[in-house]
Amino acid sequence: MKHTIAVLVENEFGVLSRVVGLFSGRGFNIDSLTVAPTNDEALSRITLVTRGDEQIIEQITKQLNKLIDVIKVIDFEAENAIEREMVLVKVAAEDQSRAEVLRIADIFRAKVIDVTPKSYTLEATGTPAKVGAMIELLRPLGLKELVSTGPVVIGRGAKGWKG
Amino acid sequence: MKMNGARILLECLKREGVDTIFGYPGGTVINLYDELFSFKEIRHILPRHEQAGVHAADGYARATGKVGVAIATSGPGATNTITGIATAYMDSIPMVIITGQVPTALIGNDAFQEADIIGITRPCTKHNFLVKDVKDLATIMKKAFYIARTGRPGPVVVDLPKDVQVAQTEFKYPETVEIRGYKPTVEGHPKQIEKAVAMIMQAKKPVLYVGGGVILGNASAELVALAKRLAIPVTTTLMGLGSFPENDPLSLGLLGMHGTYYANMAVSNCDMLIAIGARFDDRVTGKIASFAPHAKIVHVDVDPTSIKKNVRVDLPIVGDVRDVLTKMLKIADEIGPDAEGCRQAVATWSAEIDEWKEKHPMSYKQTTSTIKPQYVIQRLRALSDPDAIVATDVGQHQMWTAQFFGFTAPRTLLSSGGLGTMGFGLPAAMGAQAGFPERQVMVICGDGGFQMNMQELATIVQNRLNVKIVILNNNFLGMVRQWQELFFDKRYSSTCMELPIDFIKLAEAFGATGLQATKVDEVDDVIKKGFSIKGPVLMEFKVAREEKVLPMVPAGASLTEMVLAS
Ligand SMILES: Cc1ncc(C[n+]2csc(CCOP(=O)(O)OP(=O)(O)O)c2C)c(N)n1
Ligand SMILES: [Mg+2]
Repeated sequence: MKHTIAVLVENEFGVLSRVVGLFSGRGFNIDSLTVAPTNDEALSRITLVTRGDEQIIEQITKQLNKLIDVIKVIDFEAENAIEREMVLVKVAAEDQSRAEVLRIADIFRAKVIDVTPKSYTLEATGTPAKVGAMIELLRPLGLKELVSTGPVVIGRGAKGWKG
Repeated sequence: MKMNGARILLECLKREGVDTIFGYPGGTVINLYDELFSFKEIRHILPRHEQAGVHAADGYARATGKVGVAIATSGPGATNTITGIATAYMDSIPMVIITGQVPTALIGNDAFQEADIIGITRPCTKHNFLVKDVKDLATIMKKAFYIARTGRPGPVVVDLPKDVQVAQTEFKYPETVEIRGYKPTVEGHPKQIEKAVAMIMQAKKPVLYVGGGVILGNASAELVALAKRLAIPVTTTLMGLGSFPENDPLSLGLLGMHGTYYANMAVSNCDMLIAIGARFDDRVTGKIASFAPHAKIVHVDVDPTSIKKNVRVDLPIVGDVRDVLTKMLKIADEIGPDAEGCRQAVATWSAEIDEWKEKHPMSYKQTTSTIKPQYVIQRLRALSDPDAIVATDVGQHQMWTAQFFGFTAPRTLLSSGGLGTMGFGLPAAMGAQAGFPERQVMVICGDGGFQMNMQELATIVQNRLNVKIVILNNNFLGMVRQWQELFFDKRYSSTCMELPIDFIKLAEAFGATGLQATKVDEVDDVIKKGFSIKGPVLMEFKVAREEKVLPMVPAGASLTEMVLAS
């Protein structure tokens, strides 16, 4: 099972390596990971996507919590969270496929951010599922380069999540 | 008052109640050592290798319950500490290790004797700190000690660049610490505790499975009281030995790979396993799928990650073991008469256990001439002080000590359990002796492991540390040889220590006394003489070379699949 876990950490050097080292040292998977400071400058928030059965996910969250620099860990449940990722994708676009790329971009509300006679570069934001679907449609046209932020996640409702 | 960083560090140690430290000087700690030169409130012991210095601080911590402190210089000094730190980490020993570091301006430049010790120790410390500004030093030290000794204890590294030791600032030791990401759960959940007691009361075949957490958490008295109140038999891990007196009828001794027949049978047949401060290590459980197959499991531990890591648990309780045991006892007392009923129910169970005890007691074949290693262990117990502290190294002698010594008090056995570090015993004993100058301290080691840190004879003699060194000399890396005998068709690949060493001369070369026994009837004389001489004595026992540690559960087999002593 895929899990998206948010980790609030002290915004200090070395903290990311503690988190990543935990995953590599214990053989846990990381599918994606993003990190940036939060509204509180002293804190950073890591969003990571990992996989495992219930027992492994429980160990992952406990082990994360055990790190001294980790303040809070939430294993988000899909129904209570909003998940988004952004991709930048460079697609081959010549002759008849140029229109096709634009059509797909339009359907997924992606923006064209760079154009050459041979390619379009698109920017798309959305749920991992939506972004994934767009990529799959673009793939047969010739993906030249794909870069993704990996998902970030925020809880639904009025309540903010702070340290 | 304004002070330099080096002095601030020492003042912090003093305020943490540190009276003894183990350290080795070098370029990046020379300023610290200069301050130490005139700082008389702390005893500094110079080991002959930084690894041994850390093991000594570890032995000191295990024996006294206080935080052990070690110092090393940057680069090679710091990397030499790694085995010691990893050893302490695996056994959850509270320690603060201070390493020198190149000046902050040079960090990252591959400067002379620079090593990224923060990076290197990250996976084997509870936490580590690089001090970049002298103004942070006192707070970091306060945090380091707090983290090391609270919750599940562990080693903390403080990396101290040379320029920070020189820089001056106002010294004020903080009175409190606040670390928002670190709030160890101390009190067990009352409802969970109530439920646990109710479950235990209903059990017909309960067993207490006790680990090092009970010793680290100073909860032996509470454990003994609870076990006796409810008449529950107790088995311990290597790390738990001493938490429950082995001469008590409820004691089952050690469980696991080299556990007693009756402990492993009891665990395999119990209907309720109460794990206290233990972590279901593979050396304890054997094949997980068939571990305690009929039991409901209650697991009490201060570290949530220990719970449900390897084994399913029916009722987890996160909390300080002493707090939880105290509350369990209180509830058991309130139930009163029902507790009596519970004891009655357990009576048939203890009869069953007694049968196992009679069927296969711990035993070995005594001979008239060759010394059996188990015999030496039994005689050491008989002829030593009741409160003697015993450090061991790692190997067969360690397991025989665990099986045959009969520990009756916490913090009297110091042994590297989790990492299984050869070379640990001698320096650990040295550290314990520094902590308890008046008590009898011995180390039981093999001929192999002794040689891994034998340079510490110099430290022991120089500092008049009255350590009794027992070498069970089988001229083999015995534990590995045993595996080769059992599982590799006696192909003794690189386990025979072909060179016969004159350990007596070796002891004398360092200024210690050396004694030797080669026959059974010399054993008592050597032990008595060794204990009566003031000062360090090395006692070498030439033991049966191919004796095996039994019972043995082969790695990966179920606990019931024991190879027994014939
Ligand atoms: C540092 C280290 N290296 C290797 C080992 C593997 N090992 C475990 S026991 C053992 C043999 C120990 O021999 P000795 O010290 O003579 O004790 P004995 O088993 O003979 O009692 C070895 C090599 C270890 N535990 N630690
Ligand atoms: Mg040996």
